[in-house]
Amino acid sequence: MAQRVGIVAVAQTKYEGSKPGLRMAELVHQPVKEVLQQTGLKFTEDGSGIDFSICATDDFWDAMTLSDTPIGDVIGAHHRSAEKVSQDGAQAAIYATVAILSGHYDTVLLVAHCKESQPSSRNLITNCAFCPVCTRILGVDYLSAAALQAKRYMYKYGITREQCAKVSVKSYKNAKNNPYAQNAMDITVEDVLSSKMLAYPISVFDAYPVSDGACAMILATEEKAKKLTDKPVWVKGVGNCYDCHHLGDRDLADCDSLEMAAKRTYKMAGIKNPRRNIDIAEISGQYSYQELLWSEGLGFCDRGEGGKFIDSGVTEMEGELPINPSGGVLPGNPIIVAGLTRVVECVLQLKGEAGARQVAKAKTALAHGTTGPCGQLHSVLILGT
Amino acid sequence: MAKRVAIVGIGQTYHQAHRQDVNQVEMVNEAVTAALEDAQLRIKDIDCIIHGNMELFEGVHQPDMWHVDGDGAYLKSGMRLTTGGTTGGTIACAACNHAASGLFDTVMAIGWEKQEEGHTTTGIAAMADPLWDRKVQTGALSGMTAARLITDFGERAEEVAAMVRVRDGENASRNPYAHLREKVTREDVMKSHMLVHPIRLLHMCPQSNGACALIVASEEKAKKITKKPVWVKDHVTTHMEAMLNETILVRKDLEEWASMRVCARKLYKRNGITNPIKEIDLFEMYDPMVWMEMEWADWFLLMERGGYLKMVEKGVTDRNGAFPVNPSGGVVTTNPIGATALIRVAEAALQIRGDAGEHQVDKEVRTAMASAFGGTFWTILHLLSKERP
Repeated sequence: MAQRVGIVAVAQTKYEGSKPGLRMAELVHQPVKEVLQQTGLKFTEDGSGIDFSICATDDFWDAMTLSDTPIGDVIGAHHRSAEKVSQDGAQAAIYATVAILSGHYDTVLLVAHCKESQPSSRNLITNCAFCPVCTRILGVDYLSAAALQAKRYMYKYGITREQCAKVSVKSYKNAKNNPYAQNAMDITVEDVLSSKMLAYPISVFDAYPVSDGACAMILATEEKAKKLTDKPVWVKGVGNCYDCHHLGDRDLADCDSLEMAAKRTYKMAGIKNPRRNIDIAEISGQYSYQELLWSEGLGFCDRGEGGKFIDSGVTEMEGELPINPSGGVLPGNPIIVAGLTRVVECVLQLKGEAGARQVAKAKTALAHGTTGPCGQLHSVLILGT
Repeated sequence: MAKRVAIVGIGQTYHQAHRQDVNQVEMVNEAVTAALEDAQLRIKDIDCIIHGNMELFEGVHQPDMWHVDGDGAYLKSGMRLTTGGTTGGTIACAACNHAASGLFDTVMAIGWEKQEEGHTTTGIAAMADPLWDRKVQTGALSGMTAARLITDFGERAEEVAAMVRVRDGENASRNPYAHLREKVTREDVMKSHMLVHPIRLLHMCPQSNGACALIVASEEKAKKITKKPVWVKDHVTTHMEAMLNETILVRKDLEEWASMRVCARKLYKRNGITNPIKEIDLFEMYDPMVWMEMEWADWFLLMERGGYLKMVEKGVTDRNGAFPVNPSGGVVTTNPIGATALIRVAEAALQIRGDAGEHQVDKEVRTAMASAFGGTFWTILHLLSKERP
């Protein structure tokens, strides 16, 4: 990147299974207020404040056309510039970076919000993402598609359910150190395997729960970032990539688009050996097998080695490359928001403000988000101090 | 100051109420293929795909996933942005931002809508606050703007409304991509079916199926791709808060408060424009009904109320007038919602290039403006120029 973009403030709500007391605007208001307070920025027109607001939100999940309208006044959109990325929050973080690099905007407020508790069926919504001509009618949704992917991945590379379950055990354990986490507890591999089956081989503890929450951050040009905070976190590289839509058009046991997104990001950030150069990673695995598969796609281990990778203990808190010190998505982060939460967590780690889940000497962090069925679209960001 | 970017490729489908010969993917592909052909590029030359429409109009969740097969995003970078009617303008802004960022050289924005597959009015009504406004939301048919104009200008307003529609029909008849291409007369408009008083059928935009693709490139790349780059000099987005009732009914200072005027002021100030009608050669305006063009144009062009009515009466806004507005036929003749605002930018660019064919205006177009409308009176303006800014 020719110029540097800095993240100068981050905030998030606690993630909960249901937040019936908060409307969307109220939900977003809390983290927005926090990031404005952290920076002292206001919604001004003279170039001294926020000059662009981006939100990540989705019409289906909010059961509302233009789901960014109800939060307009909260994110300072009145008489000002605002846009909506209707994808995972990590995509919005990439767009905020792009918007600043373009020279069109200097200081960008970014929010992501979702109340998954509001729609009656996650499966019904995600079923609507499939081609209405061929596959929607089969009843496939993101969960059943993920089950197909998990099965194919296990079959091709000999990954076991136990190895996937270890991801859940680690995630729920790490979440105990995260005050924002929804579900935090000590569980065993046996607990995961014996939990209620949702779609074989994915059981309740292999899947992320319904969750409500929001997060916010402020990004700025290098010059402004240095003035706004003593500890800016720099966006060193960004990249994203689409895969095929029809599940039969790709080998679900591999993730070509993630490999490509990672390659783009690493090139930009000057990362030659991701396993060595990256200190911590926050990965969006909505289902336990995904952390293993995405680890392969990100080049942390070779194709098919995801199982051995978790067995080796490298990704534990005390390991060489801790993955999801926050607990990640499995203990509960809403879809759409999850990717931006990963970025928020990386920023907290790099600033040394991650509390009990702090990883010592974290200088380079990777945040990952995904949109669509079986990780059809991947977004990767490298952040550094 | 943003880095320079230019439009290097333009493609759109023809527009119809029914396109049962294609599915969404195939329809989007028509626009993509046309844009690539226009730029003399192949899909491998595109670095990034920006996709946009309104999910709840067709009921396809995250349609960019399915559309990968038709928009060429396979193994490419990309993003999906949606802001209602302004979506086309937003994805044009996003394409410009991506091309200017230095991370991408050639970016394609794709806006589309296939309204026959859903129920647009339901989709629009779902925009209102579920607690306060949704029960009284009528969709796109709102008579308030028209009622205000008739209150202020009486029968003259209705005459001008007919003149705008006659002009749009005349222009659309020359535009092979337009949806309603029939020429209409004053009487046709005046006698057309009343939808919501005082809005008649011919005052209102149709529900169109169609797609538009726009290829934007960085300065270095643009010069290599085409001899006729159209430079995006600036773009401004202005949103407004959500309470519709307050926006339209209560405010006494609507004239100054409307996003159209706020947005235009910012654009003109940033680009040193003091007399927009003199300094801008042409305006492609997002006018979902003729009444809105009549009221909003005063705001966009920083005129006193009623100033635009005079312009229409004198023929200034005709295709060969001094300040042509919507030589493409505008939104009143063609409205594939997610593509509509992108088509405004595309048509303004075609006029600058001199490639608009039968609906090319006679005068030379060096600077053109395109507007987008959506959400709760949100506005986006693009300022395009022939000369490199």
